[in-house]
Amino acid sequence: MVHQYKLGGYNVVLDICSGSVHAVDEVAYDIIEIFEKMDKAELLAEISKRYSGRDGITEKDIEECYEQVQALKDNGKLFTPDTFEPMAGKLKEKTSGVIKALCLHIAHTCNLNCSYCFASQGKYHGDRAVMSYEVGKRALDFLVENSGSRRNLEVDFFGGEPLMNFDVVKQLVAYARSIEKEKGKNFRFTLTTNGLLIDDDVIDFANRECSNVVLSLDGRKEIHDRFRVDYSGKGSWERIVPKFKKLVEARGGKNYYMRGTFTHANPDFLKDIKQMLDLGFTELSMEPVVCAAGDPSELTEADLPIVLEQYEKLAELMIKRDREGRPFTFYHYMIDLTGGPCIYKRISGCGSGTEYMAVTPWGDLYPCHQFVGEEKFKLGNVWDGVDNKETQCEFAACNVYARPECRNCWAKLYCSGGCAANAYHSTGSVTGVYEYGCKLFRKRMECAIMVAIDRAFNGKS
Amino acid sequence: MEHIKTLETRNLCDSAKNGGCGECQTSCQSACKTSCGIANQQCESTEKKESK
Repeated sequence: MVHQYKLGGYNVVLDICSGSVHAVDEVAYDIIEIFEKMDKAELLAEISKRYSGRDGITEKDIEECYEQVQALKDNGKLFTPDTFEPMAGKLKEKTSGVIKALCLHIAHTCNLNCSYCFASQGKYHGDRAVMSYEVGKRALDFLVENSGSRRNLEVDFFGGEPLMNFDVVKQLVAYARSIEKEKGKNFRFTLTTNGLLIDDDVIDFANRECSNVVLSLDGRKEIHDRFRVDYSGKGSWERIVPKFKKLVEARGGKNYYMRGTFTHANPDFLKDIKQMLDLGFTELSMEPVVCAAGDPSELTEADLPIVLEQYEKLAELMIKRDREGRPFTFYHYMIDLTGGPCIYKRISGCGSGTEYMAVTPWGDLYPCHQFVGEEKFKLGNVWDGVDNKETQCEFAACNVYARPECRNCWAKLYCSGGCAANAYHSTGSVTGVYEYGCKLFRKRMECAIMVAIDRAFNGKS
Repeated sequence: MEHIKTLETRNLCDSAKNGGCGECQTSCQSACKTSCGIANQQCESTEKKESK
C-alpha cells in the first residue's frame, strides 16, 4: 500500500508496509501514482506525453526515474504487500494477563468545574470520592503481581484533580520506591493536573518523582477561561500560568506536556499554541475535545476544514521555528522514523483493558480512564483481579485488522486501530470507527512526516 | 539525476524478526489521554538488530 500527498513544498510517498518514507520530484510522484496500473511501455508513453514540452525533463530522465522506482520496489521499499494480518493478535496473546500500566483515579473530585470535562467535573457520573492509601497500595501490588517479566511499570495519577489527594499520591510513590528494587521493577509516574494546587512542595515532588507531568492549559486566556472555571464561575488562567511556569522552569528539561483541549469554541487552535509558546512553554499537546454528541463544545463538520488547515499551519510554524533555532514539540507530530514501534506493536491496537487499566477510588478496574463510570465495562477489582472476561476479550480482540474500515487505510500502522473509547462513544462499539477522529489523525500524520522530512534534509532531526 | 530521496526508517518487515518484546508504552497513558496513536511512541527493546 502506498500513500502519496503534497504538503509544505514536498511530494511525499509513503510505503506503508515497509515503513519507508520518500521525498520525490514531480516526475517520480507521477510515475509512482500509475506504476502498478500499467506496463512499462504504457507508463513511459503516458509520462512522456504529460511532460512533453516542459523544460529540463527528457525521455532519458523519465526512464531513469522509472528504474529508480523499480529498484525501490525490488528492495522492498515501495509497493510492499501487507502480510501482517496473521501476526495481529500475537503480541497481546504473548503478553496475555500481563499488566504494564495503571491509571489511578486518585480523586474523583475537582476544584474546577469545566463544562466540557469528559469525566463530568471529575465525578465520572458518580459520587465524589478520593482514593485511600490502602486502595492505592493494593493497586500497586496488583500491578506488580500481574506485570510478569515487564520491568518498566507506568502509573498515572489522574482525576478529577489528583492534587486534591496529594498526601496519598506522595505515600503511594514512597511505597512504590520501597518495593521496586526488590521486585525488579522501575516505576514511571505521571501526574496530570489543572495546576491550581501547585506549590513548592508539589514542584519538588513532581520534578523528583514524575517522569512526566501533564499540565492542563487551553492556550489563550479567553479560551481557557470559557470552560476552565472554578465553582464560582471564575476563570483559572491567571492563577495557574505562573505556577506552570515555575514548575517547568524547575523541571530542568525533564518531560512535561502543556496539554490543551480545543473545542467548537476554538477550532483555530493554532492561536492557542502560539499563546503557549509566547508563555515560554515548548512541549505542547492540543487535543480535540471528547464529549457527548450534541454537546455545545462538540467539533462540527463545519469546523473540520478549519482544524485540518490549522494542523498544516502548525507544521509550517514548526519548520519556521526550527530554522530560527527555536524548536518546539507538538505531541502528535513526534515521530521517530528509525526508533519507532515494531510491527507487532503497530498492529496490536491500544492496550486498554488488557495491559492498561484504570482504577477507581474504590479499587474497581476499568479498561481505561475513559470507560470509568460505564458500569458494563467494569472488569473487576484490585483485590480479586479481572472477572469480567467477556468484556476483556472484546478489548483483547481490538487490533488493526478487527475493523474493516482500517484495512485499506494508509494510516493504520501509525494509529494501530485508534482509541476504543472514542470508537465506543461515537458508534456504540469498541470495534467501531470514529471517522471524524480518523480524519484528524490522518492529517496529523501527513504533517508529522512532512516535518520529519524537512528536519532530515535540513539537519534538524 | 536523483528523483527520489529516501529517509532512513525502521524496516517494519524486518522488525517482525526481533520485535514483540512488549516493553513499550501500552496506550495513550502518560500523555494526551484522549486519543490513541502509536507513531509517537518509542521502541523500548534492547535488542533491535534489524537493517534500516
